[in-house]
Amino acid sequence: MTTPVPVLACQQVVKRFGELEVLRGVDLEVAEHEVVVLIGASGSGKSTLLRCINLLETVDDGVIMLDGQDITDPRVNRDLVRRRIGVVFQAYNLFPHRTVLDNVTMAPRFVHKTDRSEAERAAMALLARIGLADKAREFPDRLSGGQQQRAAIARALAYHPRLLLLDEVTSALDPELVGEVLALIRGLKTQGMTIVMATHEMAFARQVADRVLFLHDGGVLEGGPPEQVLENPAEPRTRQFLARFIEGGRL
Amino acid sequence: MSQPAVSAIERDRQAYRRARARRSTGIAAISTIVFAGALFLVVTRSPGWPRVRQQFFNLEVARDSLPRILEGLWLNIRILVVAEVLILVVGLAVAITRTLRGPIFVPLRALAAGYTDLFRGIPLIILLYLIGFGVPGLRLQGVPTSAVVLGTTAMVLTYSAYVAEVFRAGIDSVHPSQRAAARSLGLTYRQSMRLVVLPQAVRRVAPPLLNDFVALQKDVGLISVLGAVDAVRAAQIESAETFNFTPYVVAGLLFVALAIPTARAADWTAARLERRERAAGVL
Repeated sequence: MTTPVPVLACQQVVKRFGELEVLRGVDLEVAEHEVVVLIGASGSGKSTLLRCINLLETVDDGVIMLDGQDITDPRVNRDLVRRRIGVVFQAYNLFPHRTVLDNVTMAPRFVHKTDRSEAERAAMALLARIGLADKAREFPDRLSGGQQQRAAIARALAYHPRLLLLDEVTSALDPELVGEVLALIRGLKTQGMTIVMATHEMAFARQVADRVLFLHDGGVLEGGPPEQVLENPAEPRTRQFLARFIEGGRL
Repeated sequence: MSQPAVSAIERDRQAYRRARARRSTGIAAISTIVFAGALFLVVTRSPGWPRVRQQFFNLEVARDSLPRILEGLWLNIRILVVAEVLILVVGLAVAITRTLRGPIFVPLRALAAGYTDLFRGIPLIILLYLIGFGVPGLRLQGVPTSAVVLGTTAMVLTYSAYVAEVFRAGIDSVHPSQRAAARSLGLTYRQSMRLVVLPQAVRRVAPPLLNDFVALQKDVGLISVLGAVDAVRAAQIESAETFNFTPYVVAGLLFVALAIPTARAADWTAARLERRERAAGVL
């Protein structure tokens, strides 16, 4: 069953940096509870697309709809849009001067005006669920990369976003730590979270993705169920990109 | 740059943003004109205004005193340039000394810390008296007696302490991961300071350094207490001759005019830094 209105719909999204056209008319629809994985070489526009969706970048053309609302309309309040979207960055971007608990409760307390004790209670429950309860009072720089990234995910989840954007969240982690972060994301999928993620973890993409999109040269070159795109790609360029992973035994 | 073809919806968005920008400019212009007009009326209609204008804004006195004040200001500017160069060198040296690790540097570190504590705390005017009047009175051999040289020395001593702390804050603000990355390349402590830490630190503290520079620009006027004929002293002489305060106003405005370019430079540096180092995007 799919909802009539997709949670996210990108239509012909264009983004340029000076002369360079990073996105050349990207189309993307994400239904509720769907997990869409963006793959592609570095520079193919994955991160730019995610930044456009969260309005960290202003699109140069095209439309992005969140729950049917055109969020690229300049009349729209960006902050209100961002309240409905959670973002996790490759480099965690936790606030080093605040404890993990403060990081997680910052949005609920200062954006969503949740009472401090209530926000902290919810945050502790969230941190306990992802196994970070004992690190709540620590400062981010004292945590391992995997713990920091899980804390960053908790920070993005703390205000119950409609859509979660994950931008190569495991790229800065060693394989052991990658596992704990991916397990957490897998858990989110089972809870019905709507997720758009950019990743180089092809094996993981195969497990959790409802749909895989291969971005190339600023556009979606091909997309479909993971078995199809990852194992039997139609496009030669996709085949070439995935060859390295297949040879490396990562699929 | 040729304009790429855009869809109707993007044209609409661009038109909306342009309209918003025009509207903001219009509002700013109107509110500024109204405010300035009201201020002008309030000031010129107030009962004491003729006397204020006579004593503070006397054009004739201003014209007559300007050449001598400008001559004095030229001395201020020369002192400023020399002092600022010395301050940056001494301040950076003190800051680096304070960051040195290792037991052998303990006395040096303590000396640097003591220096900043002492000269940041002591009022500049006291230091000026001590060095400007006290030192020549000792009649030590080889010690200069010029008010300008001694006054500049006092200025450098005080401001180096401030600037050292600014530099130190900048050095401390560079993330340890940068040091780790530098040392991991095999760079020595000194090399990593010179190549990695200091360039980032200096860039980051450029705005507060310029702020200190603006403060110094006006504090060089204090050298007049030692008898050097700078802009302040010249204004004092002119004021005494005419029984009018306009020369002080002239000198004050000249100092302000001197500070404005520096303040704009500080803003500009900060903005450029923001653009270059922060992640792009709408934040």
